[in-house]
Amino acid sequence: MAEKKVAKNPMKPKKKKDTQWTNLTKGFIRENPIFVFLLGMCPALAVTTTMETGLGMGLLVIFVLTSSNIVVSLLKDLIPKEVQIPAYIVIIATFVTIVGLLTEAYAYELHQSLGVFIPLIVVNCLIMGRATSYASKNDVKSSAIDGFGMALGFTGALMLIGVTREIFSSGAIALGVYLPFPFEISIINTEMYVFNMDTLGGPAGGFIVIGVLLAIFTARGNALKRKREVERQAWIEQKKKEAAERKRKKDMESAGDAA
Amino acid sequence: MISPTVFFVAIVSSMLINNVVLMRFLGVCPFLGVSKKTESALGMSLAVMFVMVISSILTYLVYHLVLEPFGIEYIFIIAFILIIASLVQLVEMAIKKFSKKLYKGLGIYLPLIVTNCAILGVAESNIRDGLASEYGFGGGLQVAIVTAFGAALGFALIMFAFSSIRERLDHANVPESWKGVPVSLVTAGIMALAFLGLGGIV
Repeated sequence: MAEKKVAKNPMKPKKKKDTQWTNLTKGFIRENPIFVFLLGMCPALAVTTTMETGLGMGLLVIFVLTSSNIVVSLLKDLIPKEVQIPAYIVIIATFVTIVGLLTEAYAYELHQSLGVFIPLIVVNCLIMGRATSYASKNDVKSSAIDGFGMALGFTGALMLIGVTREIFSSGAIALGVYLPFPFEISIINTEMYVFNMDTLGGPAGGFIVIGVLLAIFTARGNALKRKREVERQAWIEQKKKEAAERKRKKDMESAGDAA
Repeated sequence: MISPTVFFVAIVSSMLINNVVLMRFLGVCPFLGVSKKTESALGMSLAVMFVMVISSILTYLVYHLVLEPFGIEYIFIIAFILIIASLVQLVEMAIKKFSKKLYKGLGIYLPLIVTNCAILGVAESNIRDGLASEYGFGGGLQVAIVTAFGAALGFALIMFAFSSIRERLDHANVPESWKGVPVSLVTAGIMALAFLGLGGIV
């Protein structure tokens, strides 16, 4: 059994089926906008003081990115190449205006706490990047799925940063303060004042937490790479041994024939 | 008439206390992307200064002379981003025409500025919650210009300091998984801690 596992060629990457499912999930880890491409760092640093503001920002980005991808993809044949970027900016700005007015009406606390970063969704490199590199070349359905998946990955990253910062700065995770939930609870209440590191909730914390998380992910990626390298070496050894075996058998056979 | 103290307060607070990069997290993308070499960091800062001051004037004027009288303040996002994008295009063309040398230095940074949140962020805070919004139209415009200049100075200061640190970090013996961006981010965090100490001066 173990031999069989080694015999599988690890040099050939597993063939990724280009289905809509991989299209959706690629933004989660493999092409995560924040941790892999470092796109949209401004909101990732500024609005992740708590998990909930991160989630709120993520929801807005999900809406804007999905709809802007759909519209860009619908209009891709009508927009001349020369005015591509201004046209995309106007499309994105329209959706950001919609989202800004909606949050002001239905989630006023969120609107106040995100502040300037709602209009700044316009200049989020992630949205512009998806519009130019994906939606302007693909059909409507896959563009929508791509935008939704990328924005989900963005939201997940924001929430991960937010959870880390909130736990360490206040020792608990509150829900219902900024988003219009009908309840207001704190889900994880560690009551651990050891964690009372206010710095991580402040401006410096954003940089430090993202830096540490990035280092952890890089270390993990490096470990995986090393493991794959070891597997590759083992596979090469195995093949060499098999070839030598075959050669010896052949030699013996020919020697037997000669005799 | 606005007293000179106000200008002083505006410039100090926008440059040091509310530093665009470290305290308000605006313009982090160029801060991380174009800070590998001191030379390019300074080029970027100059281009940002140029565009930030002009775009602050233009957006302030457009907001108070066009959007407000017609009661369409809510489309300010679209208006501002269009102003900034076309301004950058214009500046690029003008520099290309008048000074080949300057264009060589700033040319590649100008297109990047459109997606620099610092420009839009400063323009927005000038009309919403900044110091400039506390004054009437004429005085507010002056304060807005000074604020934008101070913010750009703060951006330049941070870009210069950070790129110098990064040049040193390149030769430092950093653990493998911390190389590159992670260690730079933690460095920026420590810089932000230092800037926290400036809070409360004004």
